[in-house]
Amino acid sequence: MNKQIDKLVSRRGFVAGTTALAGSLGFPAILGAQPAPVKVGMIHPVTGFVAYNGQQSRLGGTMAVEDVNKAGGIKSMGGAKIEALLGDSQSKVEVGVAEVEKMNEQGVAAYIGCFQSPVGIAASQAAAKYNTPFLIDVGASDLIVNRGLKNVFRLKPGFGVCVDDGIAALGAINKAAGGVAKTAVIVHESGEFGTGTAKLLQGKLPSIGIEAKELIAHDNPTRNFDNIALRIRSMAPDIVMMSNYGNEYMLLARTLYQQKVNVAGFYSVLGGGFNYKFVKEMPDVSQYMMDVNHWFNPRSAKAQELKKRVEATGALFTFEVYLTYSNVMLLADALERAGSADKAKLTDALANSSFKAELMPYGPTKFVNGQNQGAKPAVMQSLKGDIEVIAPEEFASAKAVFPKPKL
Amino acid sequence: MLDPQIIVAGVLNGLLAGGIYVLVAVGLTLIYGVLHIINFAHGSLLMLAMYAVFWLWRLVGVDPYIALPLVTAGAFVFGFVLYRLVIGRFSHGRDENILLITLGLSIVVDNIALLFFGGDTQTIDVPYAGRFVELGAAFLPLPKIISFAASLVLCVILGLYMAKSDTGKAIRAVAKERQGARLVGIDVDNIFAISYGIGIACLGAAACLLMPTFYVTPTSGHAFVLVAFTIVVLGGMGSFIGAAIGGFIIGITEALGGLFLGEQLGQIGISLIFILILLFKPTGLFGSKA
Amino acid sequence: MNRTIALCGAGLAAAVIFPLFASNYFVNIGLLVFFVAFIGQSWNIAGGFAGQTSFGHVVFFGTGAYTSTILQVTYGWNPWLAWLAAMLAGAIVGWMIAVLSFRAGLRGSYFALITLAFAEVFRILANSVPFTRGGLGMLIKADQRPLNFQFRDPIWFYYLALALCVISLLIAWRLTRNRFGARLVAIRENEDAARALGIDVFAEKVKVLTLSGAMCAAGGTFYAQKYLYIDPSIAFGVDKSVEMLLVSMVGGAGTIFGPLIGSVALTVINEVTRGLASVVPALKNVQPLSLVVYGIMLVLIVARLPDGLMGLFRRKPRHA
Repeated sequence: MNKQIDKLVSRRGFVAGTTALAGSLGFPAILGAQPAPVKVGMIHPVTGFVAYNGQQSRLGGTMAVEDVNKAGGIKSMGGAKIEALLGDSQSKVEVGVAEVEKMNEQGVAAYIGCFQSPVGIAASQAAAKYNTPFLIDVGASDLIVNRGLKNVFRLKPGFGVCVDDGIAALGAINKAAGGVAKTAVIVHESGEFGTGTAKLLQGKLPSIGIEAKELIAHDNPTRNFDNIALRIRSMAPDIVMMSNYGNEYMLLARTLYQQKVNVAGFYSVLGGGFNYKFVKEMPDVSQYMMDVNHWFNPRSAKAQELKKRVEATGALFTFEVYLTYSNVMLLADALERAGSADKAKLTDALANSSFKAELMPYGPTKFVNGQNQGAKPAVMQSLKGDIEVIAPEEFASAKAVFPKPKL
Repeated sequence: MLDPQIIVAGVLNGLLAGGIYVLVAVGLTLIYGVLHIINFAHGSLLMLAMYAVFWLWRLVGVDPYIALPLVTAGAFVFGFVLYRLVIGRFSHGRDENILLITLGLSIVVDNIALLFFGGDTQTIDVPYAGRFVELGAAFLPLPKIISFAASLVLCVILGLYMAKSDTGKAIRAVAKERQGARLVGIDVDNIFAISYGIGIACLGAAACLLMPTFYVTPTSGHAFVLVAFTIVVLGGMGSFIGAAIGGFIIGITEALGGLFLGEQLGQIGISLIFILILLFKPTGLFGSKA
Repeated sequence: MNRTIALCGAGLAAAVIFPLFASNYFVNIGLLVFFVAFIGQSWNIAGGFAGQTSFGHVVFFGTGAYTSTILQVTYGWNPWLAWLAAMLAGAIVGWMIAVLSFRAGLRGSYFALITLAFAEVFRILANSVPFTRGGLGMLIKADQRPLNFQFRDPIWFYYLALALCVISLLIAWRLTRNRFGARLVAIRENEDAARALGIDVFAEKVKVLTLSGAMCAAGGTFYAQKYLYIDPSIAFGVDKSVEMLLVSMVGGAGTIFGPLIGSVALTVINEVTRGLASVVPALKNVQPLSLVVYGIMLVLIVARLPDGLMGLFRRKPRHA
């Protein structure tokens, strides 16, 4: 019985293999006709607790696909168009994996996703079975790229790099201000991303002469931050550092403002709510707040143009939009160089990519263990109802105001 | 250790937070007490009321406190109709079916909100949001003081209504003895719908009091559900005074737990109270015998 | 009766042969169906047969997932062995919660709510104590060998889920045949009457929750091994509790096949509705519509079939 099953299983594998082979051989055979589109699976949580973020990613991804196709598709493949298959992970690991399986059946050449790290971890593992490249557009956990999976690529920095760069920038800002900041309190969400970031921050702050007085973890959602504000005021730190998702970030910032918590600066690392809407709707609250995060290159004409287009649709130009957009471009570039949607060739092309992420303040792309070494976060500050980049220097659009004037 | 001043301030903060919890919990306890069901759609309906407050402010410029009577009345009608058209009709009078239906409704309502309102965080910015009263180490935000006072007043009004009015008496009769109430000629189905409506009306009021200091997303109502359950159990399922006092106790516990154990672990205080009350006094502080 | 056995045999045969012809996508869906049916059955044994409705069954699921994962990752245990430990841990937690709650005389909504609170306490603890790595979650290293409880081909996870599901059906079937099961039903229908008949209500309820806890914990380990990552909100989040309760009640609580039928129905509805939105990619943000339809279907099933889907196969309703 067992043997028989084995035989049947391998036969099933064989059948799948031959269809795949036929599929890839099929391309040259129909040269001249409209080439078959390259399918890309985009899996995001577009319903549930982080639906907004997922929808933003989907928006960026679909815009990028439109742009690639409008510009003539993948030229080395005879102008093949990219076709986006849209999946909803519903914020659930098993649903994300189900989408991977379904899209594999539909013949995707690559995946892009998943926003939440746990879903990204499981979904990319499932894709590894088929050797299908998986591009992590958002997903901060460094566990994602440290598993030795050959099919996983992350264009953006993980939280390790964000912390390192954020600490370096903070050190420089503080030094320029004469080292006024000596202590910090870190408020973070209690999940994988906030906890990981906060622990790293705590370890690295002493290197720039700042002591982390306390780590305060909070649940998602948190109903009110009054008592955190109270504790912060009683500890009187020079800096409040934050690492949390959008709603809690916003609520915390507003509470600290309303409760007149006076510190030299607010400095968040991956502060989920630091965006144009926050800055515009709460200019007083956001004034002088700083954030280390994924950000577009303000000096890039392409980025500014995309910003206008996105805002014209009534949406916000948040990092999910341009990160997923950039990932589609990274994929298109790899397809162009691979000249085929063959998974092995595509994986090779991605691994050797030197793609220029025009929208982002990145160096040239270079993947080591799937992590792009050129990826860098930017440091932003809210100034007069707008967001300015204050570091790194070569992308800066304004100078940091630190310490902030007392309330 | 901690400065006593900070502790006092924390307790005051907790007390104010408790004010909102009370309103959410009173609605839940009324629905439980009369219909004997756990309303899984509570968080979703709170969210819907919060969107109502938000859109009234955004589109018409109505201050949330001015909107209170309107939203509360609207929430009552919504709850009443929802019970009449869906919950009561589809449940075939079986409690476990009501549970499933409210669960299904919750999924539907959340996703309709997501579909029409989008997933982004909405807040309203009232001019008095930044005002506060300074009391020792405590900075008590004005909107929270208002919500605390308003929820007390609303509880008293509701309590009087339940005690004095004919409908209130009928509701209490149905809660105590369903069959008996039917026998003396009370339209039990109608009382169920009215009770559900009043429960949801409480959410409408809570939404108005919450919005000046909170935010709304399609899932933001759920943040208040577990804590409301705890209060209901603590006060005794079906008891108004219990829910009112329970709300304040939970608010303070949450604050002290946060101060002493850290905000994350501090949340455990709520669940532990919940468990201890259930184990040692399942009828709660003010509940009649189960 | 013979017809039922024949039907079951045919169903089982179909389930065994199914993955040999179906694509990986359908194998994966089948795996989910059986897995959810299995954890749903663990709920059903306590919640359906014995009438001890729980809102926090995930507490056992998470206990199992964390026990085996910690033993495996931190202490280097073989995951198969850790699986046994996980079931034991689930049984212990089940026993503990049962003794505490039933000693206090909790019933109905009160019992349901206390399980919810226990799940919440476990979630917060998992988020706070060092040996679970808190919110960072735990990653199981991918090393796809059967000895490691990891399989390259998902077909083996499918067969394992099927086996778990069949075992759970057999357990449920035994409960409809033996005295223990009869006593549970008596307790469900009227606890005081059951006591008057000389049934040790407390002991029986503790027994059933211990069994249920062990089963559910087995599901937790299965999940961890399949997806190789757990964190506090995956392992102890309210989602899984609701899922277990939902499949059982939609299928028909207190029936042998209820959880399985509920799982099939809800999984199919979710897959189909979720797919609808990708059929019309022109409409960008219609995805929530899929869950609106899902929710409406749920309400309609309850409205049309007050006894759950199993009501389709039966003439007489369970309740008088």
